[in-house]
Amino acid sequence: MNLALREALLAFRRMPLLSVLSVTTIAFALFVVGLFGLVAINLRGALAALEERVEIIVYLRRGTPVETATLAITDIETFHEVATATYVSEDEALSRARRELAEFQGVFADLRANPLPASIEVRLKPGFRSAEHVNAVAERLRGFRFAEDIRYGREWIEKLDRLRDVAALVGLTVGAAFAIASVIIIGTTIRMGVLHRGREIAIMRLVGATDGFVRRPFLLEGALKGALGGAAAVGLNHAAFFTVDRLLFDAAFFDPAWVAFIVLFGTALGLLASAASVRRHLGSPTS
Amino acid sequence: MIRFAGVFKAYPRGSLALKDVSFHIAKGEFAFLTGHSGAGKSTVLRLIHAEEFPTSGEVRVSGFLTADLTSREIPRLRRRLGIVFQDFRLLEDRTAEENVAFALEVTGARRATIAPKVMRVLAQVGLAAKAAAYPKELSGGEQQRVAIARALVNDPLVLLADEPTGNLDERATRGVFQLLRDINAAGTAVLMATHDLDLVRQAPYRVIELQQGALVYDSGADGGPETDAGAGAAS
Repeated sequence: MNLALREALLAFRRMPLLSVLSVTTIAFALFVVGLFGLVAINLRGALAALEERVEIIVYLRRGTPVETATLAITDIETFHEVATATYVSEDEALSRARRELAEFQGVFADLRANPLPASIEVRLKPGFRSAEHVNAVAERLRGFRFAEDIRYGREWIEKLDRLRDVAALVGLTVGAAFAIASVIIIGTTIRMGVLHRGREIAIMRLVGATDGFVRRPFLLEGALKGALGGAAAVGLNHAAFFTVDRLLFDAAFFDPAWVAFIVLFGTALGLLASAASVRRHLGSPTS
Repeated sequence: MIRFAGVFKAYPRGSLALKDVSFHIAKGEFAFLTGHSGAGKSTVLRLIHAEEFPTSGEVRVSGFLTADLTSREIPRLRRRLGIVFQDFRLLEDRTAEENVAFALEVTGARRATIAPKVMRVLAQVGLAAKAAAYPKELSGGEQQRVAIARALVNDPLVLLADEPTGNLDERATRGVFQLLRDINAAGTAVLMATHDLDLVRQAPYRVIELQQGALVYDSGADGGPETDAGAGAAS
């Protein structure tokens, strides 16, 4: 194993330019994948914050007794999608409107009677805030006889859903494309290394090296390049995150498990690419 | 130790490289393999170190039937052989010492045993003083000596030499040939492919001559039964 590691490290010294080139390409490929990951993480965070605000408002018919509403709330809170259900009386609605819509102070001052209905505000548990669940809960709420109208911003919830789906799809597609590109690039650089050392490989086999022995330094080299590329990609991603976080808005970075995953993913890509290259080369007869 | 029995070898899209070749090289023997370019000398050597396999017939080396070797067994066979080429096949970015050590390292030899063995064979080929030299700092004859040291370091049963003096001047040729004779005198069989007839005439060794793939002359054909000692893995 020592020899294999020495040979793998020697490859960096023998072909420094090619080695730097392969590590750089891996780093940039993984950096781009990582950028999509960062966008996805931050988009998910933003969507979660938006979804927090998803609520269904049941406007009650005028004259609905508070007791009826309270009973209904107890019932609504047993729905497995529902996190909280809060009663908002007519007076509360008016004082909230006065507070929040300061520009209409004059209108509110002229009011003789309160025109605002009482309502029940229903918030859903995380994971049940998609359009599908919101629709289902709204349908059930419509069944209450005292429900005059139900509002839940159906359109923007659906848009939100679609946005998330598209973001996930674009991220996955572009990520996969770049992952494939990295495998090809790493495979090519390793293959260049294998061809560059074709003579050495032929000599190794001639003096009795096993195929495994011949492969090992190349596999290690690929894995090392992948790991270095992965680490560099994490560094680049962190620089991008740092810039955005400082200059634009509060952003989130990968947690340590994801950082480890990126480096491991780079290592696995390097290993996979070199394994494919070396297997192809060793499959052909030596000269 | 090396036995060819009715060997034919055809390369894809080529004519027959070997036609019904049979011979036997005994342990400790020195034999020349002669013939013009393209006569099939290199093919014979490639069949022995299992780089090629016979199209029909049998090649047995040290008891191994080469056609039956698995990919794991081929390296084990090659470790029993020492191989030397006309173009030396040294690694340019390693010193003489490292080139020789390389042949031991690939076999997984323990590091502590490598250096003394390497120095022993370098001394045997007369290059102990140039252990730290790179191939480009050595003459052709010296480079071939390094290649021979590399072939010897695993204590092979037989040394296969493919035109080992083909790239050397007369003086270096004589030196390398003498070295091969010394190695043979110490008990290692040598099969040397060459078309240098002057060299062949210098020594009273067996001559196997190939012509267009056919064996046309064998000065040592005995036809006797094979009596290899240590033939272990015959199928």
